[in-house]
Amino acid sequence: MNPGLNLTREDIVRLCERVDGAQRRAYAIPKLTDEYPAMTIADGYAVQAELRRRYLSRGSRLVGWKAGLTSRAKMLQMGVHVPSIGFLTDDMYRPENSAISTSDLVHPRAECEVAFVTKKTLKGPHCTRQDVLDATDYVLPAVEIIDSRFSGFKFDLPSVVADNGSSARYVAGGRARYPAEIDLRTLGVVMEKNGEIVAMGASAAVLGHPAEAIAMLVNILAEQGEELAAGSFVMSGGITEAIPVKAGDCIIARYQELGSVSIRFVE
Amino acid sequence: MNDEKIAQYGDELYNAWHACRTVAPLLQREPEITIDDAYRIQLRMVECRVQAGERIVGKKIGVTSKPVQDFLGVYQPDFGQLTSGMIYQEGETIDLGKLIQPKAEAELAFVLKRDLIGPGITAMDVISATDYVAPCFEIVDSRITDWKIKIQDTVADNASCGVFVIGNAHGDPRKLDIALAGMVLEKNGELFSTSVGAAVQGSPANAVAWLANTLGALGIPLRAGEVILSGSQSALVPIVDGDELVCSIGGLGSCRVKFAGRSAV
Repeated sequence: MNPGLNLTREDIVRLCERVDGAQRRAYAIPKLTDEYPAMTIADGYAVQAELRRRYLSRGSRLVGWKAGLTSRAKMLQMGVHVPSIGFLTDDMYRPENSAISTSDLVHPRAECEVAFVTKKTLKGPHCTRQDVLDATDYVLPAVEIIDSRFSGFKFDLPSVVADNGSSARYVAGGRARYPAEIDLRTLGVVMEKNGEIVAMGASAAVLGHPAEAIAMLVNILAEQGEELAAGSFVMSGGITEAIPVKAGDCIIARYQELGSVSIRFVE
Repeated sequence: MNDEKIAQYGDELYNAWHACRTVAPLLQREPEITIDDAYRIQLRMVECRVQAGERIVGKKIGVTSKPVQDFLGVYQPDFGQLTSGMIYQEGETIDLGKLIQPKAEAELAFVLKRDLIGPGITAMDVISATDYVAPCFEIVDSRITDWKIKIQDTVADNASCGVFVIGNAHGDPRKLDIALAGMVLEKNGELFSTSVGAAVQGSPANAVAWLANTLGALGIPLRAGEVILSGSQSALVPIVDGDELVCSIGGLGSCRVKFAGRSAV
């Protein structure tokens, strides 16, 4: 058994099936630690790895990764104190200006993030903000639609990690920029829902600098014996708190220097 | 409210400011006080400072963000007058010993190169009339006991003005996305909060246009050379001896301020 693991391989497969079913059929389940109080964060990542294997075996392409729970606003909102990561596949992607169906989601929420596209492999441990900037091809604005499969969006870290960091859909677009040409620390962001401002912030809300979140993600990957491939799309975590959305809502995320991303939600 | 009472409360607030002490909330004593009365009291209080040798150097806009409006139950901004005695240069240490119960706010300041005379002023007029914008700190302070303010109390008390610092980083508003410019506020080297220009009335330029129009209705022009503090983009920051704050605005630059001494409360 790997260090930090409290669950057996059988338990991990069983929990993966439970999460996979909840994701695919869009229903809420109790957090996993209700049944497995001894479940650790490492167990959560073991479930997530099994989930990724299933996604890929069904033909999904791994597009990249996301850092989650990286801002104080998000940590306070969710009651956790360590960031997490999750994987992103092509079937979670939606184009800019598209209509996103909510009927295959449980209780979606939208948040604004700065996304990175890499041009070199990044490998931890000890990956730094500068390593990330050196390996970045470009940055662009993104909106992530998170959707916890846990009842009432209530979870702890092992459970949310197993649920792939609440990943559901993501949209990127706006204006791509070279990171050296802008101040990635002070980018302002405004999220509007149906024309009204609902969330605001600046990019330093994410661990002081969004590239810091990518470095953290690379270091968490290293703990699992993995690296971040060149060409990966990586989201650095919500700058704003996540805002609940439903069919009929329209979201516009406006970013200093990076343009905007708009999406609407339908049944 | 009659002129005599207006003068009495204006003098009382001026004396409280001068002696660095607080007074009981005015509204508790005069439940009938209107916001217009409160502005007349403010004018009297500021007149006392001018008679004592200060100059009017600009205006501040307050109550611009939704959380503060919700707290006060008022859904429009207010304003106060900036006088020469409130100015600190960036790099000077702010003496808390001259303040009562100060808190800091980070804002975008506008310095005008042309007069703005309302009504009828738009955000575009504001940009046209602006010489430069700069990151700034307003150190608000209240002459009302324990900050137990209603809108009339703060308006009468010169919108809770304390002192202010305009950063040395000056920018042309034509080259800056002032609504989307991010603001990062650090206290003693740690991230305190982040925000964005749009937190103030959708754009700080909207707040300045509101001010020009509101003053215009009262027959008061905004003059070339005046400084306008457009409203807090941050939560109120508590400050004590030794604290250091840095506010950075994306695309513009930073303003750094240090505090020393002990305030009255």
